[in-house]
Amino acid sequence: MEPITKLIEFSSGISILEISYLLASILFILGLKKLSHPATARAGNLWAAAGMGAAILFTILFHQKDGQPIGNVIWIVVALAIGSFMGWYASIKVKMTAMPQMVSIFNGMGGACAALISLMEFPKMQNMLAAEGMSNMLGGEGIAILLGLMIGGVSFAGSMVAFGKLDGRIGDIKHPILRIVNLTFLVVLFVALFVILFMQPVADNNLPIYLFALAALIYGVTFVMPIGGADMPVVISLLNSFTGVAAAMGGFLYGNQAMLTGGILVGSSGTILTILMCKAMNRSLLNVIIGAFGVAGAAGTEDGDKTVKEISLSDAAVLLSYSQKIFIVPGYGLAVAQAQHLCHELDNLLASKGVEVKYAIHPVAGRMPGHMNVLLAEADVPYEKLVEMEDANNEMSNTDVVIVIGANDVVNPAAEDDPSSPIYGMPIIKALDAKNVIVMKRSMAAGYAAIPNNLFYHAKNRMLFGDAKATLQKLVAEIKSL
Amino acid sequence: MEDILKFFLEYKDMIFIILLSVFLGIEVISHVPAVLHTPLMSGSNAIHGVVIIGAIIVMGHAESTLSLILGFIAVILGTLNVVGGFVVTDRMLEMFKKKK
Repeated sequence: MEPITKLIEFSSGISILEISYLLASILFILGLKKLSHPATARAGNLWAAAGMGAAILFTILFHQKDGQPIGNVIWIVVALAIGSFMGWYASIKVKMTAMPQMVSIFNGMGGACAALISLMEFPKMQNMLAAEGMSNMLGGEGIAILLGLMIGGVSFAGSMVAFGKLDGRIGDIKHPILRIVNLTFLVVLFVALFVILFMQPVADNNLPIYLFALAALIYGVTFVMPIGGADMPVVISLLNSFTGVAAAMGGFLYGNQAMLTGGILVGSSGTILTILMCKAMNRSLLNVIIGAFGVAGAAGTEDGDKTVKEISLSDAAVLLSYSQKIFIVPGYGLAVAQAQHLCHELDNLLASKGVEVKYAIHPVAGRMPGHMNVLLAEADVPYEKLVEMEDANNEMSNTDVVIVIGANDVVNPAAEDDPSSPIYGMPIIKALDAKNVIVMKRSMAAGYAAIPNNLFYHAKNRMLFGDAKATLQKLVAEIKSL
Repeated sequence: MEDILKFFLEYKDMIFIILLSVFLGIEVISHVPAVLHTPLMSGSNAIHGVVIIGAIIVMGHAESTLSLILGFIAVILGTLNVVGGFVVTDRMLEMFKKKK
């Protein structure tokens, strides 16, 4: 009698588990949908998190394989606790400016997790197939395991390199030979994938899979290494969708719908997001990935006898105070100097003098699209003051002064008039349409993308050299004393 | 050819889910404003942390100490992805809310 009641118990548990996966999938979809509207974004994130929580909890409670429930529960809970604490602590502590690096690290962790799962499942599968006397490992299971390992490994290694680049720990290595190395490794990876699939399964013969994992890691490194630091957001977004696909491979392997839908949703939406980001820079994805090599040619822009004009603090203070309309163009330099709050103070001060102050936000200002909005919001700059690039450009001709703070490439006129420039074609904020331009900058060094900027030498422009924070402080004091 | 047809039949349910999810993913986010690109990327980053379920399954059915240890690491990594992803996204979106 006992086995029957047990059977009923088990099947109701499995039903609950499957229902929780269905619920999780729906919550992921609704969460993503809500995440794409400003008013509902925060709720969307929580919905997706709730779906995830349910899927994890019910997996531990009700999952079973060959009638066996989940074992090692205590260890699983310990691992969950460690991971939760580390993840929570890191996310709370990270500065808003370092957010893109953080996302990259978390993405890498997901990729590594997917790769580890495949590494553990492959020997099991091989031993089983060997025992059955199969002549090859071709089949859905084998394909899912190998693709999960390959994509997860590439995503992990690539994300770590992307993190290093954004954090300034790794420079760009743009040697043409890397392109060949790159392609070679990609070909090697795919050939290896098929070779392993067609291999005769031999029990405990795990060397090939370890070598395959190693090759995936190396490709991840060589894939991201030559891509310029300024393009890292696109790369992170792309690797993000990779990890989604790797997770889906796990779902395929276990016949797990939550993993399958969650992974594929991220894979496809991540790809679209990547393309949207490229569009914001008016470039194709292919151009971002292999275009890095074109930069070498553009470096030859002659530096000639161009002179820059400086503006004194008091002149700047007078110019700003007696303007009617001012646009501030913030860049990552502003955030790095932690000068958002001072910038807001400046705009309040000028507003109290009757000057109309707004912020012109380039879609890729900061390190990621939308990053600048987050950084300014952190400093309490009201939403209405943030104007998107196209609208700002329309208002530029009746603007008295444009203040560029810590931005460079997003106002570089080379994007419009120099076809040899690597950023040619990227939409920019047309600072030169305004009557005056003031560029606040630490020195004459080139921007993040290392492209010379002719705006600095233009007759309309004057430079205000110094650290953004210190300069803004002095400027605010100067305006107050007028 | 027959193998491919067999493969399709064997996995038809999952192939359906995969293809429909691809369209859904594209449809769901195709009208997102640039301002939300970063939080959306971060949010979807957290969602692919669903891979943790796989890690729990492997660890829950681990037979050797080695696979228990590897599973333990995999669960930690997966949790980092999930928890870190959602918390970071929430922190970003909190910024947007304050303006209202």
